Amino acid sequence: MIWNSWTDFWAMGGYGVYVWGSMGVTFGLLLVEVVQAVRAQRQVLAQLRAERALMDLPSEDML
Amino acid sequence: MVCQVSSVVGLFCALRSYQLVINKSRSGNPWFYFAAPHTFFGLAGRAWPWLAAMATLLLLAGLWLGFMVAPTDFQQGEGYRIIFVHVPASWMSMVIYMAMAFWSVLGLTFNTRLSGMMTRALAPTGALFAFLSLWTGALWGKPMWGAWWVWDARLTSELILFFLYLGYIALTSAIDDTRRGDRAGALVAIVGAINVPIIYFSVKWWNTLHQGASVSLTKSPTMASVMLWGMLLMAMAFWLYTVALVLYRVRTLILQRERHAAWVQDLPELQP
Repeated sequence: MIWNSWTDFWAMGGYGVYVWGSMGVTFGLLLVEVVQAVRAQRQVLAQLRAERALMDLPSEDML
Repeated sequence: MVCQVSSVVGLFCALRSYQLVINKSRSGNPWFYFAAPHTFFGLAGRAWPWLAAMATLLLLAGLWLGFMVAPTDFQQGEGYRIIFVHVPASWMSMVIYMAMAFWSVLGLTFNTRLSGMMTRALAPTGALFAFLSLWTGALWGKPMWGAWWVWDARLTSELILFFLYLGYIALTSAIDDTRRGDRAGALVAIVGAINVPIIYFSVKWWNTLHQGASVSLTKSPTMASVMLWGMLLMAMAFWLYTVALVLYRVRTLILQRERHAAWVQDLPELQP
């Protein structure tokens, strides 16, 4: 272990703001990207399901 | 499905279906067989979960090496640890642009539909990594150089790369006809690729504040090996993350564009 304490770890030898600012934004944005990709696919699937349901509906004029 | 029973069986099933695909396409060229959106949809769907899992493991290993094992730098103290995301993000921003240029050349040459979708699926991740390269670079530059930003060759050419990604995304989404949008975007991707070697060699060609390459193919690395391994693991993690996410995203694009095809209508996800 290279750190004496958690305070030491978070302080990063005085560079805490820069190091954690880099890591936080990087992994935060990667997470946002993943969530967005999953949402986009769910949205498209929901839309396709809705279109399909419309197609499968028996047309009233035919009856 | 048997494929979901266990990971070992899953891997076997993936290999088996790959074999089936090869057999089916023996008469034709297998590369063109995979270029069909229908077959690529299945292949991408089987591949991305494995790639995502490997990316997560490598990420954890890289962060552990980077923050728990790698020692303090004698010059930069703990501030150097930004390297573990800065360098991999910068590499990926360049690699992804070259991949977009590659797919664009294929698309314009063979007129394959998948090429345009792959290029579009790559662009947002490339833009994100270009932004992260600039962001982490600014946070590194401030304590070490005393400036968030300087107009030097390396930084400026990377900023141009970021704008090229934004330009590609804006252009392709502004054109309603998707195939025409693909072709217009392909031209931007190919012409803009000239910027990538300029970024890479900028630290050699011009006097710049930015340091030279820490890792190169011709010289032994100038970094301590634990630091180097931490950085390489992070780079591999970002690489696998990109491939997994792009395969996931291209599936969404395929669904959107092939919505009227019979195979899409027959997908189990769409059954009532």
